Amino acid sequence: MEQNAHGAHTHYDAEASKIGMWLFISTELLLFGGLFIVYSIYRYLNADAFHLAGEELNITIGAINTVLLLVSSMTIAMSTSTLQLKKKGATLGLLAVTIIIGLVFLVNKYFEWGTKFEHGIFPGSEHMLNEFSQGEILFFGLYFVMTGLHALHIIVGLIVILFAVVRIQKGTVHENRAALLENAGLYWHLVDLIWIFLFPLFYLIH
Amino acid sequence: MQKENVANVANYLTYKGKHKGLLGWVLSTDHKRIGLLYLYSIMTMFSVGVLLGLAMKFELLAPGKTIMEAQTYNATFTVHGVIMIFMVVIPGLPAVFGNFLLPIMIGAKDVAFPKLNLLSWWLYVAGVFLVLSAVIFGKGAPDTGWTFYAPYSFKTGTNLLPAIFGAFILGFSSILTGLNFLVTIHRMRCPGMKWSKLPLFVWTLYGTAWIQLLATPVVGITLVLVALERMFGVGVFDPALGGDPILYQHLFWIYSHPAVYIMILPAMGAISEIIPTFSQKMIFGYKAIIASTMAIAFVGYLVWGHHMFTAGMSGTAQYYFSLLTFIVAIPSAIKVFNWISTMYKGSINVQTPLYWAVSFIFVFLIGGLSGLVLGSLAANVHLHDTAFVVAHFHYIVFGGTGFAFFAAAHYWFPKIYGRMYDKGWANAGWLIFFIGFLALYTPMFYLGIMGMPRRYYDYLDDFHGGNILSTFGSWIMVTGLVIIIINLIRSARKGPAAEINPWRGKTLEWTVSSPPSLENFDEIPVIAEDDGPYNYK
Repeated sequence: MEQNAHGAHTHYDAEASKIGMWLFISTELLLFGGLFIVYSIYRYLNADAFHLAGEELNITIGAINTVLLLVSSMTIAMSTSTLQLKKKGATLGLLAVTIIIGLVFLVNKYFEWGTKFEHGIFPGSEHMLNEFSQGEILFFGLYFVMTGLHALHIIVGLIVILFAVVRIQKGTVHENRAALLENAGLYWHLVDLIWIFLFPLFYLIH
Repeated sequence: MQKENVANVANYLTYKGKHKGLLGWVLSTDHKRIGLLYLYSIMTMFSVGVLLGLAMKFELLAPGKTIMEAQTYNATFTVHGVIMIFMVVIPGLPAVFGNFLLPIMIGAKDVAFPKLNLLSWWLYVAGVFLVLSAVIFGKGAPDTGWTFYAPYSFKTGTNLLPAIFGAFILGFSSILTGLNFLVTIHRMRCPGMKWSKLPLFVWTLYGTAWIQLLATPVVGITLVLVALERMFGVGVFDPALGGDPILYQHLFWIYSHPAVYIMILPAMGAISEIIPTFSQKMIFGYKAIIASTMAIAFVGYLVWGHHMFTAGMSGTAQYYFSLLTFIVAIPSAIKVFNWISTMYKGSINVQTPLYWAVSFIFVFLIGGLSGLVLGSLAANVHLHDTAFVVAHFHYIVFGGTGFAFFAAAHYWFPKIYGRMYDKGWANAGWLIFFIGFLALYTPMFYLGIMGMPRRYYDYLDDFHGGNILSTFGSWIMVTGLVIIIINLIRSARKGPAAEINPWRGKTLEWTVSSPPSLENFDEIPVIAEDDGPYNYK
């Protein structure tokens, strides 16, 4: 808070910010790592049920979402390059595209979850408790937890990108002070990367 | 120097920034003020935890109901555990003394991310209030034990959710502190401060920060799963839905065992600063202490299974976990050897911090060796979940981290407040505390071997004698604690002005004024080639 009085508090170290972000990303990977362990153990114990339950998921929506996130990773990576080239307009445009793609991903996810709920597939539902085997219950339990937590990360990522947009517009993030945008990009790539693992685990492996 | 120091009003305590009064503290990004914010909040929670502990010991004064029912007792040990583990010993030394001293010790003006540092403290406070809300509101205080074992943690009718989220947020605060320290140590060392010249306290903070960063997320997701289990019934830990409660124990201890080293490593670091200063001698085996610190941080990840020997795991897994448990004791033993060798033939200056440090070695030895008793498979079957376990981890966690915390408090007090405490009262407080500590926890070893289980409000008449001694011990210990705390509070306000370097220490914090100025150094120091943190002539 006493920034103006303090030389030390206003010092800018892009390298430090980047190390910090990488460390934070490693904690996020471990967070999901815990879930991946749980998934592998239950998949190993209930191979048939996981197979059966996996066929319930809509591969098309999953594939579209995968392509969307890959494209958004590209657009945000391009935005860091355009910022270096001092093309503020292009940077903001690319970030806007990234945000829109992120929102479309969430809309898809909403409809996907909605269909499941309509079919009575959600944790604790009568339908699941009566009709499903334990393995299938676990599969959908993990499906909702892991894709839900991932969606939460998408939302956080979008907020961070929005924050970067505002700062670029105000001019406090620019080609010589780009750590915020670069970190937003790193975080967005992480969110993308986790989806790249979630997609085959839930949709593709049969 | 002394007069100039007193005349210099713009130290970090009296500095007036944008905000005045209390706001100037709770919104300050100065690492020293944040360190003190942690000190006050941690000591407040420590006092609450001590009162709960006293109540438990009072209940165990006689068989049957003494002052509380079984359910109240269950809630008391749960809240005592949650407070002491998540709010006191895990943040304890890193958040208080790490925050205050780390930048000064490496010749920096602040940590790498001062705002993030403040956010960590605010998250800590939010976590504290969430846990306390679980106690105050809802259908009864949590009664699962601090470990939140499944399936009881989602079956119990008590108000557990806020406590779980509180623990999650406290973990997040701990992660951010660790991240901040790692980047600070990598990026902000002053010219000439090579890795081979870092004070050992900094090295242990470095090892601790890695554990905080790499272990906490796992328990974070585990707690989230328990919360989701409670709210929606996802089934992951619920045997009725195909889940496995033992898996919860594995995931929990994968974090919570390394967390023990989050507690003890900075404590070892503080002791490694105090012993050479009061022996006026170069620390024996500087590199061995660093290597053993990193070895503990690493091997500590691989021993979690020893909490679960009786929970059901394969014999092969038991052998490995037992063997690794014995291996992780070796680096701790190396440190004890180094501390004692440092004192050998040193010119020892007997002061309060040294009393604490030496008694730390004593209780830490007993705690560590009793850990090996528990780590051997055959003995574990007999001692699992008995009072012996309680005695063991109080000797390590309270005897280790707690003693080191008070050692550090008495060592750095003159630097933090620029005033000296009354040494007579400090020594008296230490002696009474030490005697009380031994009387409180030693009988529990005996009671555990005789078969008294932990976590019961009642016991057989055969165990009465040991319990009486233990309860008396708790009263003696708290008497000592009150003397220590009153002495420190009084001295912080009215004690005589302290010198810059009252103990003749060689680390950088003893070169700046007491209390330090707002930016620690007028000029960033430069460490010469032949300078070092423990160069005593």
